[in-house]
Amino acid sequence: MLKVENMNVYYGNIHAIKDISFEVAEGEIVTLIGANGAGKSTILKTISGLLRSKTGSITFKNDAIDHTVSHAIVKRGLAHVPEGRRVFLQMSVQENLEMGNYTQQKSTMHERMEDVYAHFPRLKERRKQVAGTLSGGEQQMLAMGRALMSQPKLLMLDEPSMGLAPLLVEHIFEIIEELHNSGVTILLVEQNANMALTVADRGYVLETGRITLTDDAKALLANDAVRKAYLGG
Amino acid sequence: MNEFKISMPARYIINSILLAAFIVAGLLITQSGLLGRAQNANIISVGIFIILAVSLNLPTGYLGQLPLGHAGFMAIGAYAGAIFWRADLLPQNASIVAGLLVAGLAAAFVGVLIGIPALRLKGDYLAIITLGFGEIIRVIINNFDSITGGARGLHGIPRYSSFVIVYLCVIICCVAIHMLMKSRHGRAILSIRENEIAAESCGINTTYYKVMAFAFSAFFAGVAGALFAGNIGILVPGEFDFMTSINILMIVVLGGMGSMAGAVFAASILTSLPLFMVALNEYRMIIYALMLIIVMLFKPSGLLGTYDFSLSRLLEKLIRRLAGKKGGADNA
Repeated sequence: MLKVENMNVYYGNIHAIKDISFEVAEGEIVTLIGANGAGKSTILKTISGLLRSKTGSITFKNDAIDHTVSHAIVKRGLAHVPEGRRVFLQMSVQENLEMGNYTQQKSTMHERMEDVYAHFPRLKERRKQVAGTLSGGEQQMLAMGRALMSQPKLLMLDEPSMGLAPLLVEHIFEIIEELHNSGVTILLVEQNANMALTVADRGYVLETGRITLTDDAKALLANDAVRKAYLGG
Repeated sequence: MNEFKISMPARYIINSILLAAFIVAGLLITQSGLLGRAQNANIISVGIFIILAVSLNLPTGYLGQLPLGHAGFMAIGAYAGAIFWRADLLPQNASIVAGLLVAGLAAAFVGVLIGIPALRLKGDYLAIITLGFGEIIRVIINNFDSITGGARGLHGIPRYSSFVIVYLCVIICCVAIHMLMKSRHGRAILSIRENEIAAESCGINTTYYKVMAFAFSAFFAGVAGALFAGNIGILVPGEFDFMTSINILMIVVLGGMGSMAGAVFAASILTSLPLFMVALNEYRMIIYALMLIIVMLFKPSGLLGTYDFSLSRLLEKLIRRLAGKKGGADNA
């Protein structure tokens, strides 16, 4: 479904992503794990058109998207939930979801909103509430719900567990599995390698801009080097 | 009973009647000779500054950017309108309307030209680059003697800016910007202010909307410029310097960024102030500065914050309260 080939991204003189290639097949959960500054978020930003790769190609559903502007990419069914729960703080929950509907038909908006509420009953309870007054976990749910409003084929999640209490992290990951079961393909970027590899089908390990290891998620969980570096021994 | 709402058509009718009444009343007052020349001229200036403030409120208050070249767009509109009116191509009424449109479109065109490169920048960078463009516009006008009269000024501009013309433009400007902000496009503009990255990830073409807001704002600044030209009859480039941009920004900040009612309110007060302070004229700027400091200290979001006045909402509240009282009396 998504194929990245020879991606090279620079921030000025800094070579942040070094010749990376990977793939996500339909129906999979694929995770990119790695430490701070490994380039995980940069990869997602490049796929969604916020940054540009100097070389190579990005194909989504057999179309090249490496020269497509980011708002047009969203329209094609590739949704990006950016790092740090970027919700519209002064708008209500419902208005946030309406913004997520921006690229879609208005006539079917309420059906899809009910779908989102079915995944996140908590959001329904708070639909009139201003997003800035939600807790961190609820804001993360809202950011994911907003992305779902655009009916994505592929959902890219950037650090959904960041800054959340352990119980909430588990809850968010349950929802990720639930979304996956309902047919959404997911590309997950995480520092919480343990959780990410538990839900994922396959994983890529990223170190300072390079992919150093790739395998089935279960194999990575058992891999000694990965255990040592990311799973606490 | 608490769910009482005024229906949409009724709202339109109430608002239209009130606006018409406002225009007629204003016309009667200005024509009656009750007010002196200075007061009448001030009423016109207030209208012009309302348009300038409401139009600058679009990129600052709603879009969340800080352009500092509003006087530049005003200058383009002023000269475009004045030159068109002086050419006297059409019968008077048609000429007035066409001149205002020419002024607005010329300013909007330049707004798009400047906006496309400038809006790639944010915050203080955008402020400085628009400040630069505003000054460039003024300098170009200053040096184009053959068309603009240069520093000697452009004379003999027909005095078309009557009360009715100016305040019709005020109403059109306010209604147009209000409707824009209530539409899907307005939501997109607000979402850029709230969080640009999130807006982008919702599939909003942020560049397009920034340029659009900028162009809309420039259009009405241009119209205000033409009205300004038609009010005083003489144009000199010095009128459109950096301080004018700052003055307009001050009105917007004082009224409350993102509040149209605030912009109208602050424009009326700040523009009328000199009239009431003739004796204190030398201290005017000091009083301005003090006012701004006091407002920023005690109400940093501006006098009205982001509050927007809605007559229908007020009426609904009033009727609900009356009905509530009656209900209470009946129960007793």
